[in-house]
Amino acid sequence: MTTHTFKPDLPPPTISIGALGWLRANLFSSWLNTLLTLLGLYLVWLVVPPVLEWAIFKADWIGDSRSDCSREGACWVFVQVRFGQFMYGFYPTELRWRVDAAAWLAIIGAAPLLLRQMPHKLRYGLGYLAVYPLLAYWLLHGGFLGLQTVPTSQWGGLMLTVVIAAVGIAGALPLGILLALGRRSDMPAIRVLCVTFIEFWRGVPLITVLFMSSVMLPLFLPEGMNLDKLLRAMLMVVFFEAAYIAEVVRGGLQAIPKGQYEAAAAMGLGYWRSTLLVILPQALKLVIPGIVNTFIALFKDTSLVIIIGLFDFLNSIKRATADPAWLGMSTEGYVFAALVYWMFCFSMSRYSMRLERRLDTGHKR
Amino acid sequence: MIRVKSTLAVLSAATMLGLSGLAQAGATLDAVQKKGFVQCGISDGLPGFSFADAKGQYLGIDVDVCRAVAAAVFGDASKVKYSPLTAKERFTALQSGEVDMLSRNTTWTSSRDAAMGLNFTGVTYYDGQGFLVNKELGVSSAKELDGATVCIQAGTTTELNLSDYFRANNLKYTPITYDTSDESAKSLESGRCDVLTSDQSQLYAQRIKLAKPDDYVVLPEVISKEPLGPAVRQGDEEWFDIVRWTLFAMLNAEELGVTSANVEDMAKSTKNPDVARLLGAEGEYGKDLKLPKDWAVQIVKQVGNYGEIFDRNVGAGSELKIERGLNALWNDGGVQYAPPVR
Repeated sequence: MTTHTFKPDLPPPTISIGALGWLRANLFSSWLNTLLTLLGLYLVWLVVPPVLEWAIFKADWIGDSRSDCSREGACWVFVQVRFGQFMYGFYPTELRWRVDAAAWLAIIGAAPLLLRQMPHKLRYGLGYLAVYPLLAYWLLHGGFLGLQTVPTSQWGGLMLTVVIAAVGIAGALPLGILLALGRRSDMPAIRVLCVTFIEFWRGVPLITVLFMSSVMLPLFLPEGMNLDKLLRAMLMVVFFEAAYIAEVVRGGLQAIPKGQYEAAAAMGLGYWRSTLLVILPQALKLVIPGIVNTFIALFKDTSLVIIIGLFDFLNSIKRATADPAWLGMSTEGYVFAALVYWMFCFSMSRYSMRLERRLDTGHKR
Repeated sequence: MIRVKSTLAVLSAATMLGLSGLAQAGATLDAVQKKGFVQCGISDGLPGFSFADAKGQYLGIDVDVCRAVAAAVFGDASKVKYSPLTAKERFTALQSGEVDMLSRNTTWTSSRDAAMGLNFTGVTYYDGQGFLVNKELGVSSAKELDGATVCIQAGTTTELNLSDYFRANNLKYTPITYDTSDESAKSLESGRCDVLTSDQSQLYAQRIKLAKPDDYVVLPEVISKEPLGPAVRQGDEEWFDIVRWTLFAMLNAEELGVTSANVEDMAKSTKNPDVARLLGAEGEYGKDLKLPKDWAVQIVKQVGNYGEIFDRNVGAGSELKIERGLNALWNDGGVQYAPPVR
């Protein structure tokens, strides 16, 4: 007796699996898609090879003067020669280790905060926030405890950009939260004050504010009294961004249901404790994307200090292109600038996504 | 390009005058001597005039004027601190005392001299608006530019000068306005415009930016007067004189053949009474200016005479290779002329 056996399954047709199948399903599924795919490929072919050729294959990488560049492709020698200036500005070469030290301390100091299991995390974090700025000021500016003073007029490059952005972020977040709380306060005086502050700073462009701080302010101060230019710029950035943060945080506060406030009150928590322990943790978590968005904008906005003659990263590059020995290298300089700005902003946005995932406690829909 | 008109600057200057009055005569020199350096306002980056090299050293004609003043006052050209200023903040910086002098390719005009509370001490560079064209165009004079497409930078008097010139000569043109000099250079290169117009000193810098600089030529016509010079606060005549005579000393040195190489020998052994007076071997002319006896020696030794400075920064010895032209001495076909030291 013969038993009936099924034939083994035939493999699926080769054109519907693997790379070929994927291509067929996604890129060439209809004549319209085929057309769009071909058009896309044509555009890529049009743009990518010349860019690669310019930036990599025909580019000049080594040398120390303009004559080392054939000018057929990019002349990265320019960026290489000026790299120190792009990073540190006119910070004295022999003292640049202090900038590096400040940067490493920031990274090493912040590392424990990223660990998930770490005892006394809050206490450590607050301590870090209290101690690090002093340490950074000592390292960067110096002038006491045995370090030579480096006036802020010599600061520059990426270091200055990061300093302005870091001070802006560290100052704007707490100030913004206070303003947001103040705007929702029951006390009319505080509310009016906060609303006025927020609306004033949101109503003027940052470039105007910086310009006023540098051109008009000195005229109103007594002669001989010069507020440090960098200090002026940093204050303006903090105030300006705090107004934006305040509105972002207010959005979060409004999203917290009234029940939460009432529950906190029912547990006997006063205003500050209920705000700090119940409301803010929930509200801030909700608005992480908005806050990071503001910070990314802030980071890029720092380049506006060009208007008051501070040599941040972008302006350092611009200054280098005015050197007759390197005229005509602005494309290389600006491409490099774009790359660095992108790296910073992209890592900020990745970090915020991580933060969102970790703090997600089931509100996601 | 240099005369960015800013009503704000005028306004702020007016406010300043009302608020704190005029500077006291002699106050600036005292303050400078007390702090031990000259605070000098320079440009935030202009090829040949003030720029930073790879070592972070400031160079350029404008920078050398600052250094010369320091050499005259302190006998040490390195006793300068620089404040890079944007075009908009330069006058405020001078008014408010943030800088002691401004050496920032600023065009000397009546309104600035009279209404802004500052004084121009002289002319370090006679500039003027010119044209850069592709040789292929076969144009040898700006008068042949009828119907041309012209690249200009926005927001500067360049536009007004251009329109005046073309209207006066009954020529037609199409302007294309750009924000930065890099953009206009690229535009000329790609053929979007036939002519690029800017101050002549900058046209030479623009030309270097092009892939084939030799294919382009600067036309002989100069359609505007842009005398660039240092400026000081109004009301302090003593300081004004020092800055003014620093430049005159450099011009006189060139005229008399005194260079940074031979100045010390000449100071000791010259027979020429003019040279002896300039270099302090005869008379007490430094004292009149409240400067050391060897002020001019120090200027020439450490910074150079006018010709050396010109060559090194914008002339034959630099990348820009600008000809002396108007900036040659008066006895050499130019208009640079300094009163004598006596």
